[in-house]
Amino acid sequence: MDKSWNNKAWFLVLPVLLLVAFSAVIPLMTVVNYSVQDTFGNNQFFWAGTDWFSDVLSSARFHDALLRNLAFSAIILLIEVPLGIFIALNMPRKGLGVPFCLVFMSLPLLIPWNVVGTIWQVFGRVDIGLLGYTLNSIGIDYNYVSDPFDAWVTVIIMDVWHWTSLVVLLCYAGLVSIPDAYYQAAKIDGASRWSVFRFIQLPKMNRVLLIAVLLRFMDSFMIYTEPFVVTGGGPGNATTFLSIDLVKTAIGQFDVGPAAAMSLIYFLIILLLSWVFYTVMITNDAKG
Amino acid sequence: MTNSIPAASQTSLDANAAMARRTRRSNAIARYSFLVPLIYIVLLMLPIYWLINMSFKTNAEILGAFSLWPRDPTIANYMVIFTDPSWYSGYINSIIYVVMNMVIAVAVALPAAYAFSRYRFLGDKHLFFWLLTNRMAPPAVFALPFFQLYSAFGLIDTHIAVAIAHCLFNVPLAVWILEGFMSGVPKEIDETAYIDGYSFPKFFVKIFMPLIASGIGVAAFFCFMFSWVELLIARTLTVTDAKPIAATMTRTVSASGLDWGVLAAAGVLTIIPGALVIWFVRNYIAKGFALGRV
Repeated sequence: MDKSWNNKAWFLVLPVLLLVAFSAVIPLMTVVNYSVQDTFGNNQFFWAGTDWFSDVLSSARFHDALLRNLAFSAIILLIEVPLGIFIALNMPRKGLGVPFCLVFMSLPLLIPWNVVGTIWQVFGRVDIGLLGYTLNSIGIDYNYVSDPFDAWVTVIIMDVWHWTSLVVLLCYAGLVSIPDAYYQAAKIDGASRWSVFRFIQLPKMNRVLLIAVLLRFMDSFMIYTEPFVVTGGGPGNATTFLSIDLVKTAIGQFDVGPAAAMSLIYFLIILLLSWVFYTVMITNDAKG
Repeated sequence: MTNSIPAASQTSLDANAAMARRTRRSNAIARYSFLVPLIYIVLLMLPIYWLINMSFKTNAEILGAFSLWPRDPTIANYMVIFTDPSWYSGYINSIIYVVMNMVIAVAVALPAAYAFSRYRFLGDKHLFFWLLTNRMAPPAVFALPFFQLYSAFGLIDTHIAVAIAHCLFNVPLAVWILEGFMSGVPKEIDETAYIDGYSFPKFFVKIFMPLIASGIGVAAFFCFMFSWVELLIARTLTVTDAKPIAATMTRTVSASGLDWGVLAAAGVLTIIPGALVIWFVRNYIAKGFALGRV
């Protein structure tokens, strides 16, 4: 759509601008403020320059949390995206099955995140949880509280359970927008199921898949509540992701300086990702 | 020439036979394809079932014996929640700030989304990008500064504080979803309305809003959803008076250990509002998740 140039449109945007500035810019300025100062209590602050930044960037703790978070995001993307596509391809296109599938699949998306954590905390327990109890009774030694590997498996399965539906819904939306004529043409050409997928469905899902991958990547990159409730970041630091580490530093230990520096670095990473996301979306929109 | 015609029809017969075989085979696959979503849904429901199962058991039964369904169903856990004000007020608090947030977010997002979908103006792309970054901002970064900001205004432990704080990610989301829906409305409609003598506010409310009613519904739904599921900020900004139910759940540790039954019952009750609203927007869920841009 060709848009006309009109600077009065600013008046329409003003309420949003004020509201978001209040809830985003002012807090962010506080963070910037803390990140360059040190305190010995009593509300006395000293200029600390970039000390906190170099501390955080060189600390093994931050590197570990970052690596853990990247590994986590990579694993859940590798599971959720193919699984989501596979389920979306097999979903019914018409009839009563459609609303049934949509409603039940969306259900995990609407559960408060700490309740998701609670559900899995209970579900995985070896004494009272279905999963933990069953695994142990068939002879698999599973205990997410003490074993780091089991804790990782639990957190990943939980995320797959929680968010695969998002990928399914997005892919499904892309699939139903493919006109029937494409499939008929493919049938006349005698195309196999694989080539229908490879040359019709996958290219048509391109756009939604992109949204799915980027949303999932960014949301998994700032995951906090669910693993916090299930494992509390443990055992040890095995499941301490960036957000958990940050909250531990900021509110647990009240080290506002390092926490603020870490926040800003974290925020810059997110900003970079958002920029990639936005650019890709815009070029996609331009292509139509 | 005379030879080539039967040859051609022969190949087309072969092709027909091959196509029929293929169709039969793909029909056989198609017949069982409903199993995939079915198995997936069953797996999704298992943990939820376990929670519901637990919510109808007594603590003694939960800890004492492992059973797939409650032997001796009890609603005592639910009675605890419905009679204890510290429990049920959590639900009321959550609903109050979620609804407030929904109304604020959609109300301010409507004109902004219209501006983005219809006009180019100084800095529009940068502004849109900046809004987007707030949707992507990690709540953990904002927890501490939010606490200090709202303390300074004396707003800690009020519903409006949480409602405004949640606007951080819900307003950008609402703008984005609404912009997607509005761009689908032809611009000629605006122009015709202006020629007919409608003023902007009258046009917007009387003509434009009904056209994008489904978009408003979807935006409201997503604001509801993200405000409902968020806990970190909501918990940081509240103490007792506006404490959300999800935060109340984190303190079920009593003298006798964790009260699993009540915890499970509270969890089940938090799932219900989401399940109810989802029914109304089921046809738009997918489009909304794609931020109105499929």
